[in-house]
Amino acid sequence: MAGFRAFLAVASLSLFAAASPASAQTPATENIQIGLSTDHVSITAGFSGADLTIFGSLENADPRVARQGRYDIVVVLEGPARKVVVRRKDRVLGIWINLESETFKNVPVSYSVATTRPLQDVTDPNSYKQLSLGAANIYMQPADDDESPATIQEFTAALRERKTATGLYSVNVGGVQFLSQNLFRATVRLAPNVPVGTHKARAFLFKSGLFIKESSAQLEIRKSGFEQSIFRVAHDYSFLYGVFAVSLAMLTGWLGRLVFRKD
Amino acid sequence: MGIYLPIAEISVNIFVLLAMGAAVGFLSGMFGVGGGFLITPLLIFYNIPPAIAVATGANQVIASSFSGALSHVKRGTLDFKLGGVLLAGGIVGSTGGIFVFGFLRRLGQLDLFISLLYVVLLGTVGGLMLVESVNALRATRSGAAPVLKKSGQHNWIHRLPLKMRFRASKLFVSVIPVLGLGAGIGFLSSIMGVGGGFIMVPALIYLLKVPTNVVIGTSLFQIIFTSAYTTLVHATTNQTVDVMLAFLLMAGGVAGAQYGAKAGQRLRGEQLRALLALLVLAVAFRLAIDLFVTPPSLYSLSGADPT
Repeated sequence: MAGFRAFLAVASLSLFAAASPASAQTPATENIQIGLSTDHVSITAGFSGADLTIFGSLENADPRVARQGRYDIVVVLEGPARKVVVRRKDRVLGIWINLESETFKNVPVSYSVATTRPLQDVTDPNSYKQLSLGAANIYMQPADDDESPATIQEFTAALRERKTATGLYSVNVGGVQFLSQNLFRATVRLAPNVPVGTHKARAFLFKSGLFIKESSAQLEIRKSGFEQSIFRVAHDYSFLYGVFAVSLAMLTGWLGRLVFRKD
Repeated sequence: MGIYLPIAEISVNIFVLLAMGAAVGFLSGMFGVGGGFLITPLLIFYNIPPAIAVATGANQVIASSFSGALSHVKRGTLDFKLGGVLLAGGIVGSTGGIFVFGFLRRLGQLDLFISLLYVVLLGTVGGLMLVESVNALRATRSGAAPVLKKSGQHNWIHRLPLKMRFRASKLFVSVIPVLGLGAGIGFLSSIMGVGGGFIMVPALIYLLKVPTNVVIGTSLFQIIFTSAYTTLVHATTNQTVDVMLAFLLMAGGVAGAQYGAKAGQRLRGEQLRALLALLVLAVAFRLAIDLFVTPPSLYSLSGADPT
């Protein structure tokens, strides 16, 4: 997806570092900020995926730690949560049929991660679990609690695998880069089928493997353009849309006969 | 050139769709069928979700059958009364079909059911047609006169009550089989996205003994309204009609149909039917393979009930 033109330039810088009110005596704790220059992104029809850039700043950074590269940042863009049904096909009389299914509540439709280094190098699995950070650590709540843990686990794994395969869950290692000691840039991937709705961007700061601070911002992804208007009309005025579809078909049939008539 | 389909929510190549429409239109003009039974599987092969392929297929069928029916109105080869009764049955069948469609979709069995219906129906119709046309070809080669219509011969259908007279078809027959046939076609129309001409035409000829010259016009007439109704209901209940997709298919289709009709006149009836039978069987075979081949992923995701 890297080849695609990132035509949505979203975010922008927010430099707070210079004006930090840190007192001289106590070493101030680091803080992280991310800034979006806009609260919404419009993707047009024909959108085939893009990279979204988020800028952020690190405040009160300890120059020594920064020089040694012991600050790590993980940025997550999480899509709206929806109900998802996972189905498994099994062979019945030679035919593949959807048999077992499991419904999960509140599964983020998309989950794009960008990190400074590979996730396992940033901190230990337990901290990720505590922060429920990373596609492997999001809690997916099954709608049916009576299901056996093994089944739940199998379907949860399948759900993550499918989401990753379709590009909705992605990890961009090295997607967060420090531009200076205080300024960083995160590049998260937007899949071609990125869902519309309110996305939450979150940035996690780690210092030598310890979680320090989190910052978040909201971003609305909208679809725009002619095709989106069609979609909206089809859902909001579905009967009129149907009438239109039928009339269009009749008109085309009639015109086609006029234009191409051979009898 | 890529184009984004608003309802199917995928990007497709505009020329592939136009060519698909034109090719199916050509064939439908050549064989005198609506072409819905080819469009829907082709769309599924092209990764359009089956639910959208079906509803859009129904929409596309309107254009080709409207165009065809117009010429039959002009020639007077359309029995409005027979078409009307078929249509009354069709509305009932289509309504039932929409419910089954929504129900199967919630169960996650819709795609399977659509494929199975296609394989069974296309396999049967294609097989029967192939046998019949090969026999006819053999008969003409050996010089024997083909025995096509045994007039005056009646079957059990003609003994049913509630008879009605259809003047244009020179027919006096019970309305029960007519309504039933209409309902069956309506059901298939809403689940498979077909007009149902490939079943309607032989059924009218062989079961109801409708004269061949009014069969196609009447079948097209009822198909326009059944598929219009199907399109409307799919649009309101499932929001699965993609006008953009339908329009591209129609545009290619109406152009192709006119040339196909001309090409069809150069081929003999039996040859034409044998070719159509082979085509129908090929589509059925292709769909059948997908049922048996191990899918790349056993798991699939779907949003919960469409709200």
